[in-house]
Amino acid sequence: MGGVTREKEAPRPADADRLRVNLCGTELDNPVIPASGTFGFGLEFAEIYDINILGTFSFKGTTREPRFGNPTPRIAECPAGMINAVGLQNPGVGQVIREELPRLKQVFHKPVMANVSGFSLEEYAETCALLDREPQVGWLEVNISCPNVHGGGMSFGTDPKQAAAVTRAVKAVTRKPVILKLSPNVTDIAEMALACEEAGADGISLINTLQGMRIDLKTRKPVLANLMGGVSGPCVFPVALRMVWQVCRAVRIPVIGMGGISSAEDVLEMMMAGATAVEVGAANLRDPLACRRIIEDLPAAMDRYGIRNIRELGGH
Amino acid sequence: MKQSLLWIEENIPLARDVFRMRLTGDVSGVERPGQFVNLRLEGRFLRRPISVFDRAEDGITLIYKAVGEGTRQLARMTEGEALDALTGLGNGYDLSRAGDSPLLLGGGVGVPPLYWLAKELRGAGKPVCAVLGFGSREDVFAEEEFRALGCDTRVTTVDGSYGRKGFVTDAMPESCSYFYTCGPEPMLRAVWAKTVSEGEFSLEERMGCGFGACMGCTVRTKSGPKRICKDGPVLRKEEILWEE
Ligand SMILES: Cc1cc2nc3c(=O)[nH]c(=O)nc-3n(C[C@H](O)[C@H](O)[C@H](O)COP(=O)(O)OP(=O)(O)OC[C@H]3O[C@@H](n4cnc5c(N)ncnc54)[C@H](O)[C@@H]3O)c2cc1C
Ligand SMILES: Cc1cc2nc3c(=O)[nH]c(=O)nc-3n(C[C@H](O)[C@H](O)[C@H](O)COP(=O)(O)O)c2cc1C
Ligand code: FES
Repeated sequence: MGGVTREKEAPRPADADRLRVNLCGTELDNPVIPASGTFGFGLEFAEIYDINILGTFSFKGTTREPRFGNPTPRIAECPAGMINAVGLQNPGVGQVIREELPRLKQVFHKPVMANVSGFSLEEYAETCALLDREPQVGWLEVNISCPNVHGGGMSFGTDPKQAAAVTRAVKAVTRKPVILKLSPNVTDIAEMALACEEAGADGISLINTLQGMRIDLKTRKPVLANLMGGVSGPCVFPVALRMVWQVCRAVRIPVIGMGGISSAEDVLEMMMAGATAVEVGAANLRDPLACRRIIEDLPAAMDRYGIRNIRELGGH
Repeated sequence: MKQSLLWIEENIPLARDVFRMRLTGDVSGVERPGQFVNLRLEGRFLRRPISVFDRAEDGITLIYKAVGEGTRQLARMTEGEALDALTGLGNGYDLSRAGDSPLLLGGGVGVPPLYWLAKELRGAGKPVCAVLGFGSREDVFAEEEFRALGCDTRVTTVDGSYGRKGFVTDAMPESCSYFYTCGPEPMLRAVWAKTVSEGEFSLEERMGCGFGACMGCTVRTKSGPKRICKDGPVLRKEEILWEE
């Protein structure tokens, strides 16, 4: 602990500056982004902490029409994680613009990520065109893990041609950065990412949930009314990390890594795999202060691993 | 909502598989009878929602049944251990609608949220009738507590081993100004069908968060989709749409 060696070191950058990253041309104060579907429109969390400390957040998956979603039970537990079959419940893009975004503006003063879902190319394009006009929307995150009603129920996210078609349809109606959110339920994730990049995507985010189910031993029936749902939480972290690694080696555009992140160390690991920023999902449900804790823990975790600036890790 | 660390002061068996837990700490988030807390348990990913049985200045009391892994783990915890709790969740009962002869109908571990309610109603000088239904003699709890408040307390058991044989709907008075109920769904459906007055129901759903963020607990109602954890757990009789 000699003062001499200390003086030789370059001055340690302020914590605030050490966490900054650039996501598709917009500076984020830090790479931590609550994931769509686990943060609503931010209001519940704004009750217990200042959500302006976040890099940004991705709001609840929005569709053109209001959706009730699936019947309950929609939630099951599993070791180190959970399974959800919410079924994209949301009030529809019209009400999101009329009611949610004005409320959001009161508590969140940064650009927000709009998460969009659809069941046809036209629906994706119409919803994105409406959100494109909203000044607070900084990025469009397009969730392609939904079945294409015109494609025999096959998910847009499992066919590279369809993923590319969604990308083109959305790019044609917006000048905001378009981030394609990939489903992990494919055999070749890099191929999906490449197809989106070639079609003009500005970024990739992954992973969405992995398909799974639980059966109740007492009733011998599936726990979820929908029978199956999407697994998320710490149990998916190694799978997510592997896919982020593969995608980062296949494309040049920025990648947002997610799946099971619940600590500052998880953030660093995901960024070492090549992610530019990260999203945090299920952890917010178990611990509503999870993102604040992760952001607060990052500088000390970086010190432990000799990381001066977080952007020096894998990202672009 | 508030996140607080609460300390276990007591965790004792009350009836078959049923335990009473007293917790002390910052409970300023707990505002109204009918609200619940969501407890984080070591090694379980999701929290466990439990209603507030009673509230004091410096703590709360819960009554819960060990039915699965999480609640069994809760039952093994001892005095001096801490629990991470989200408090003040849910809308709670609307006391302003009680009228002059409120009726409380509780079944099994649906009884707990009605106790603090009874206490508040008695505090406001109202005569309260409480009908508490259980499976069998070994399952009965909280009867003395309701009596001590001065409620007209009636106990039913399905097998007739204690109190009156039958269901809560067999022992309820002919009329009341308003009713409040909580219990297993078959009981709630019977109450819904057999009551003539207005009233409110506390419902249960599996929860992802317990504070309104995940849409994991939404049900259809006559006034649109409602999140049981945030817009509920208490719904008015006239809003309820029973599925099927
Ligand atoms: C608003 C509300 C208030 C409640 N109040 C009480 C109370 O005062 N006393 C009491 O004994 N019980 C109460 N319950 C039920 C209690 O939450 C469940 O018994 C408990 O979650 C079961 O957990 P487990 O791990 O033992 O069971 P498991 O079956 O192992 O749990 C697996 C998963 O299913 C969920 N789950 C299982 N049963 C229920 C249920 N009935 N309702 C909601 N989620 C469930 C668990 O939370 C967990 O996520 C309440 C439930 C709700 C929704
Ligand atoms: C309850 C719940 C709802 C979700 N809803 C959406 C959604 O509307 N749109 C979307 O793109 N992803 C949705 N997701 C997926 C998450 O955004 C995230 O991709 C996934 O959960 C993996 O991250 P995690 O392990 O940190 O939760 C949802 C996840 C959960 C748990
Ligand atoms: S449990 Fe998450 S919204 Fe109700």
